[in-house]
Amino acid sequence: MPAITLTINNDLISARQGQTLLEVAREHGIEIPTLCHLDGLEAMGGCRLCLVELQGSSRPVPSCVTRAAEGMVVTTHSDKLVEYRKMLVELLLAERTHTCSICVQNNNCELQTLAAKLGIDHVRFDYLNQQLPMDASRERFALDHNRCVLCLRCVRVCDAVEGAHTWDVRGRGSTSRIVADLDRPWGTSTSCTDCGKCVQLCPTGALFKKGATVGEMRKERSFLNRILERRRLAAQGGTP
Amino acid sequence: MNRVELAELAEAVTAQQQSCRMRLLVCCGTPCVAAGSQAVVAALRERLAALGHPADLELVGTGCQGPCSRGPLLTVLRPGQPEQVWQKCTPELAVSILEAELQQSAFPDTNLLPADWPFFRCQTRLVLANSGRIDPENLEQYIARGGYDGLAQVLHEMIPDQVCDSVVQSGLRGRGGGGYPTGLKWQLVRKSSGSRKFIVANGDEGDPGAYMDRSLMESDPHRILEGMAIAGYAIGAEQGYIYVRGEYPVAAQRLRKAIRDAERAGLLGSRVLDSSFSFRIDIRIGAGAFVCGEETALLASIMGRRGQPRIRPPYPAEAGLWGCPTLINNVETFGNIPAIFSIGPQAFNAIGNGKSRGTKVFALCGEVVNNGLIEVPMGIPLREIVFEIGGGLANGAAFKAAQTGGPSGGCIPAEKLDTPVDYENLQALGSIMGSGGLIVMGEQSCMVDVARFFMEFCLDESCGKCVPCRTGTVEIYRLLSRICNGSASQRDLQTLEQLCQMVKDTSLCGLGAAAPNPVLSTLRWFRAEYETHVNERRCPAGVCSMDELPLHLLGEQLLQRIAALRCDGEGY
Amino acid sequence: MSRLRLATAWLGGCSGCHMSFLDLGEQLIEISDALELVYGPLVDAKEFPEEVDVALIEGAVANFENLELLQQIRNRSKLLISFGDCAITGNVTSLRNFFSVDDLLTAVYHAGPGSAPRSDEADQVLPELLPRVLPLHQVVEVDAYIPGCPPDPERIMAALSALLQGQTVQLSEEQRTFG
Repeated sequence: MPAITLTINNDLISARQGQTLLEVAREHGIEIPTLCHLDGLEAMGGCRLCLVELQGSSRPVPSCVTRAAEGMVVTTHSDKLVEYRKMLVELLLAERTHTCSICVQNNNCELQTLAAKLGIDHVRFDYLNQQLPMDASRERFALDHNRCVLCLRCVRVCDAVEGAHTWDVRGRGSTSRIVADLDRPWGTSTSCTDCGKCVQLCPTGALFKKGATVGEMRKERSFLNRILERRRLAAQGGTP
Repeated sequence: MNRVELAELAEAVTAQQQSCRMRLLVCCGTPCVAAGSQAVVAALRERLAALGHPADLELVGTGCQGPCSRGPLLTVLRPGQPEQVWQKCTPELAVSILEAELQQSAFPDTNLLPADWPFFRCQTRLVLANSGRIDPENLEQYIARGGYDGLAQVLHEMIPDQVCDSVVQSGLRGRGGGGYPTGLKWQLVRKSSGSRKFIVANGDEGDPGAYMDRSLMESDPHRILEGMAIAGYAIGAEQGYIYVRGEYPVAAQRLRKAIRDAERAGLLGSRVLDSSFSFRIDIRIGAGAFVCGEETALLASIMGRRGQPRIRPPYPAEAGLWGCPTLINNVETFGNIPAIFSIGPQAFNAIGNGKSRGTKVFALCGEVVNNGLIEVPMGIPLREIVFEIGGGLANGAAFKAAQTGGPSGGCIPAEKLDTPVDYENLQALGSIMGSGGLIVMGEQSCMVDVARFFMEFCLDESCGKCVPCRTGTVEIYRLLSRICNGSASQRDLQTLEQLCQMVKDTSLCGLGAAAPNPVLSTLRWFRAEYETHVNERRCPAGVCSMDELPLHLLGEQLLQRIAALRCDGEGY
Repeated sequence: MSRLRLATAWLGGCSGCHMSFLDLGEQLIEISDALELVYGPLVDAKEFPEEVDVALIEGAVANFENLELLQQIRNRSKLLISFGDCAITGNVTSLRNFFSVDDLLTAVYHAGPGSAPRSDEADQVLPELLPRVLPLHQVVEVDAYIPGCPPDPERIMAALSALLQGQTVQLSEEQRTFG
């Protein structure tokens, strides 16, 4: 694979052709926050947290989908980007009801950690106070729309990895909701295999295991890369 | 049909039309129909029936003639005579005009528009050349006006590269709002490798106050089909789709009929005009989402997926419908194509200003005297549009601002009235050409309220995929609402500006990126109005209710009330 | 050197933040030389005093009484600190924002067990509720934030130490999580 050279934050960095800016940055220990992105899932570019500045581009570009190219000059943590990331997470915190103290995911939550990391100690925007339902009709798992950040990891993993495509999105704008089987209670879904992949990948307490208490829900994500690696090997004719 | 037969048909129909002593063109565009033009058609038809349908009197129900607020409109054509247009035409008036012709007496001058009326005089009609002149459901009338001649010319005289070059030479740019050079886009798709390619016409017009595309599709559907077929030949596509907004059933129905008629006549389908080129067009109907006007969302919708934009690159020119190279242009852009080949790319390029060539169709609305659909050369001063064509503001009100580009655009204040209307100049003012909505506002409009209106539209139409557009628009709307109800503080104003900038810079697609434009633009030109709302809790235009208190004032008031009670010795 | 005049206040919250403050334990004695507690649920002052250096405010702004007191605190304090999640986010207190005040009062005081006086009478007894519970910074300027539900004693100590040394409150990443 041909190597290319680009500049990230004033350092010359070499990368392989086809790598995304996010991959290159992470390989070199530069931490760019993400929420919708997860290695192994198709990039969506929805959370906008991984935006970076590119010399010659009038607007920041999402590093999760932008391929590294020879001679690129990239800035990952300008004052403006840092401020934009803060605002984006504040928007997410204001959008639905992320009351950490009574969330099953408390202390194990990507959104909570991200907010602290970005230095968010309060939210400057109005809380929208949308009162959303909770779907606890499935035997082992439950869905709390109030915690959902619409990262669509569940939708993508269910479609591309599990192959069930139980999840999808209904509505639009701030009224968008995750729905199972064309909007029926999760418990009555016939396509859901109860595999729990969506639950494990959910960054917040939106999808959780029933019976877990506050702060007890720990999520285990390593399965994703394991599955994908075995598939890749199998596709190459090796033994999985 | 081959090229010779096409020319013969055009000649025959033209000869028949010229043999008429009188042609009565009644506007049957939607606004005129709403104003009662169908009764006018019925009355004339009845009278003609009573006369035994004389061959030298022709009644045509046309598409939009232009000055929509003055409908129903009746245009009378007589050989060797200047054309005459009556506004607000009643069935009685129409019949009396017909009678006057029969009796060779003078025409009634009630509601007769002046012969050199600036509304018509200041326009240059290329795209709308046939609108209001032909029956949109009649293929022969389109052919009589030179229709499909451009396609014939292209198929028989040019190789595809030459067609792309001609479009490049014309200087045409995308009329949907983006303003990307059309010829360049065609060349890109032509060069893209792929065994199949597609043409898509974007007819998902959705800006509040804009109806150019609807009118074009309803008034002259064949023009769009011809433009698409030429594009198909130029880039090597055999299939096209027209994506029509679901709210435009008449447009869809007329396009459907036009496609059928063109296919029967051999102008679409297999072996177009006896050449080796085949081209089919299908219609796809939108389901009511503004965001589907965004090209990647539109393509997703055509493919039957959720209508959400995706990140570009890859651009549709490389990977569009089902991963194949796809040329997507606005219907008005396609509407320009036949004009380029009928007057020639050089002549087309001779019209316009700077990098903006040709004409632009605008839906002129708001507080102007003459509301309607107009087509003007690029670079025309805004003042001429508002005060000549538009006839100034209704009731002599003072001009305050003109809004272009709808929810993605901005406003142009009175001091910039002499700005030439073209892509670059509008952008320099913080507005955009947009798809062509042009809303004129007088002193009675509150600019904060206007910004709030557009923001409400955007938050409602956001698809929800990216955070800044999904939630940022809601928060911007809340801040604007606070300014409008009197409870905002200076800090809210700061937050508003920060948030607008952020949403503009970080949104995934054009909808979100442009959503803050109405706010940023009104802040730029009418900042004082915002300040008055916040600092003095007063709406200068008298529109906003201003009936709430900022929280800190509420607290202060309570403290003062308690202090006063204590002085009175009443205690709390 | 004069001691830092510290006030605490308890608005719409559960008093958990104050409990956590007490959990400073012996550290309270250590800092008491440098710090004077002039107002709050833990001391016997009836009215919020003038010239307060630092005010730690627990709880969200839920009613008009909260609003008045907060305004008074802001006018009389040099530094105002949002103390705990309710003050910063509204937290549990703001969960009532899903309902209208009328529906809420009806459900709690009339449809529920027991009986309560109707609106006019009730206003004499209960402070009138704001239509929405608000975090402090949406009402007044706030100078610093100590998140947590409740903020654990280490966070409180970190903030107080900074203040006693005349520095601004800067909590570390681990110390500024909500919840």
